[in-house]
Amino acid sequence: MLRYILRRLLIAIPTLLILIIICFLLMYAAPGGPFTSERPLPPQVLANIEAKYGLNDPLPVQMWNYVVGIVTRFDFGPSFIYKDRDVNDIIAQGFPVTLTYGTISFVIATLVGVSLGVLAAIRHNTLLDYIAVGATFSAQALPNFVMAPILVIIFTWQLGWLPGGGWNGGQWQYVVMPVIALSTSYMASIARITRSSMLETLHSNFIRTAKAKGLSTRTIIRRHAMKPAMMPVVSYLGPAFVAMITGSVVIDLYFSTGGIGQSFVNSALNRDYAVMLGVTILYGTLTIIFNLLADVAYAWLDPKIRY
Amino acid sequence: MTKMPRFVIAGLMASTMLVGPAFAAGTHPVTGDALADDQTFTYRVLDEHSSVDPQVVEDVIGSEIVRDLFEGLMNQDAEGNLIPGVATGFTTNDEKNVYTFTLRPEAKWSNGDPVTAGDFVYAWKRLVNPELASPYAWFGELMSIENAAAIIAGEKPIDELGVSAIDDHTLEVRLSASLPYFPLMTTHASTFPSPQKVIEEHGDQWTRPENIVSNGAYVLTEHVPAERSVRERNQMYWDNENTIIDKVVALVINDENAALTRYFAGELDRTEVPAGQFPKLKAEYPDEAVSFPRLCNYYYTFNLSDSGPEEFKDVNVRKALSLAVDRKIITENIKAGGEPQAYTFTPGATAGFDIPDVPMMAMSQEERDAEAKRLMAEAGYGPDNPLKFDMLYNTDEAHGKIAVALGQMWKQKLGTEVTLANMEWKTFLDTRDNQDFALARGAWCGDYNEASTFLDLLTTPSGYNDGKYSNARVDELMTEAKTADDPQPLYTEVEQIIADEVPIIPIYHYAGVYMLDSDVGNWPVNNVEQNWYSRDLYKKAE
Repeated sequence: MLRYILRRLLIAIPTLLILIIICFLLMYAAPGGPFTSERPLPPQVLANIEAKYGLNDPLPVQMWNYVVGIVTRFDFGPSFIYKDRDVNDIIAQGFPVTLTYGTISFVIATLVGVSLGVLAAIRHNTLLDYIAVGATFSAQALPNFVMAPILVIIFTWQLGWLPGGGWNGGQWQYVVMPVIALSTSYMASIARITRSSMLETLHSNFIRTAKAKGLSTRTIIRRHAMKPAMMPVVSYLGPAFVAMITGSVVIDLYFSTGGIGQSFVNSALNRDYAVMLGVTILYGTLTIIFNLLADVAYAWLDPKIRY
Repeated sequence: MTKMPRFVIAGLMASTMLVGPAFAAGTHPVTGDALADDQTFTYRVLDEHSSVDPQVVEDVIGSEIVRDLFEGLMNQDAEGNLIPGVATGFTTNDEKNVYTFTLRPEAKWSNGDPVTAGDFVYAWKRLVNPELASPYAWFGELMSIENAAAIIAGEKPIDELGVSAIDDHTLEVRLSASLPYFPLMTTHASTFPSPQKVIEEHGDQWTRPENIVSNGAYVLTEHVPAERSVRERNQMYWDNENTIIDKVVALVINDENAALTRYFAGELDRTEVPAGQFPKLKAEYPDEAVSFPRLCNYYYTFNLSDSGPEEFKDVNVRKALSLAVDRKIITENIKAGGEPQAYTFTPGATAGFDIPDVPMMAMSQEERDAEAKRLMAEAGYGPDNPLKFDMLYNTDEAHGKIAVALGQMWKQKLGTEVTLANMEWKTFLDTRDNQDFALARGAWCGDYNEASTFLDLLTTPSGYNDGKYSNARVDELMTEAKTADDPQPLYTEVEQIIADEVPIIPIYHYAGVYMLDSDVGNWPVNNVEQNWYSRDLYKKAE
């Protein structure tokens, strides 16, 4: 097991390097640059700026300097647009925000989603099941960019209960709406996956055996059905967690949380190369780690899997 | 230029106001409005500002903050007239190429140090220093400061910049050309002083709230990137006792509809009105929906360079396309924010500029359409041989609507086949800058309130002349205008040449369209550059 984890972590290094190379190539293939503006800079001024940031070096040299900077100094470079901050600052400021509301959303989505799914599966084809299925379908049909404005109109404008955006250091009033908007559709997906997986498990032979032994439904679900039913859910949760703590671009933009998703989009639009690379590497690293964790969780859930 | 007398009058008016006693507690000294207890002004900004370093800032959002944090030689009043800032006044020689500013001795930095002429010398040298590589270094060149261009190019040492401190309170600027409107440029953020000691101590990070020292009415107290920035009253500011607003909060809200909802929820005192929504909001909130002219234009430019299409080399084609544009539909049905229709390149709101009579203005739209059809036929295009071209704009809802409307007008009236191409902003800029287009959207906001900030764009050497229009007479007139005592006739002639040769299709001139809380007093709606200073505002008691 330990060797397996180590091997996966070692593979992560070339994976990230390839990610960096692809990013570099894509960035430079995109027309324009960080200093392209509506008022084109006089060539001399542009030359001065490019010299300052080393953008006039050949591409391989830039890549090399970049990787060396990360490995030796853990320095992801400066922002070309926000002059008094570097990439480390931007990530240090934005990532905790998305991590906070992403984690809360994840916990809520998982708890509610799994409970709802299990409940619907146990009460299969009853009113409760229909309500649960109906609710999850509507929740999934409401994407967060529709959900967010509706929440703001109701809770901010009409009721005046919650602030319509901002973060304010993570005060709870500011967290509520981003969490609702982000978690709803994930919750629905988790509930649906749980329900169908649980239904399948409940119809398998070993459950029938357990029933025949006279075990109570509660024990059957908790002891025997839960673990195998969770397999597909877990494989969904790994990437979903990464997406929730990083990819909440819509939430960041709509609620002006100052989270990292905003930096991701803006850095691409601004051609703020180093910020874009930094955030991409962060996403890449998290994706690798949580996929690994999901795989490890498999082994725990399913005794048939051995690494 | 008729600037000088107006400046003197405005200066006198301002100083008489300032000499009067500080306002009685609770009422505004001039308007007599009762003041609110909480003097906090909160407004929406579209994006995170690029910097609050005066010599580095390049965006409007950052400049607004910098104007509060720092104070330059001159300020603008609510009408956009020059009034004293750190300088109490200036003198110039007959050639108007040497300016001497007298600095007020009571001006202080927020750490208590006096603001001296040396701070300006340091800042201006910093602006053109190739090592700082400011994206606004060109402003030093635009101001025609002696040797600025050579210093930016690295050909001369920085110390040879034509600016020097005669003593602590006297600043002398030497220009490479005669420039009657030079003092206007000292209201621009790039020219504001910067604190050498602090910059040398903290480097690039001197602009962070914990490090920054500034000389304006406010100091930066909080900055959460991409969320908010807060500036609060600077106790050391020389005119602090006449400042009313205590705290200014800028909230970053990308989505303009989200911002509007939050405005209605009372979280904001000011936000932009999304295109097309103004008439409805004005009917519902007549005291809060405001619209006023701005110093910006919106146009389409023909690519007249060698890489441009052959069709556009024919002036009749260009003229026909311009004539067939029904500007009224665009300003009233699409933008609907009170924007003036444009028939000239320079907005009518520009100081000292009167819109000249161009033939198109006197015609009705029917006459224009008929003339357009005639010209198009003369150029050899008709139903069997339709004119085909691409038009380029950057991705944006309003730009898209306008482009569709234009394409439709041309199709219906002239039978042209237009292909619309929209591009993401930076790709668009790059494409336009490389003359890789047939017809492209353009817009320009004046750097200073004088017609040359617009008309210079259409001169041959201009780096912003995307269509590469070139007319020797225009170049000559614009050079002459730089030193003329009354440049208006020259500008009129330039506009008439443009109307005749149609290198661009003017569409409309901008309006500032805001929802502005009726509690906010003194918003400078008549300042067409929208150079507003929080210290001039106040909040009325409800």
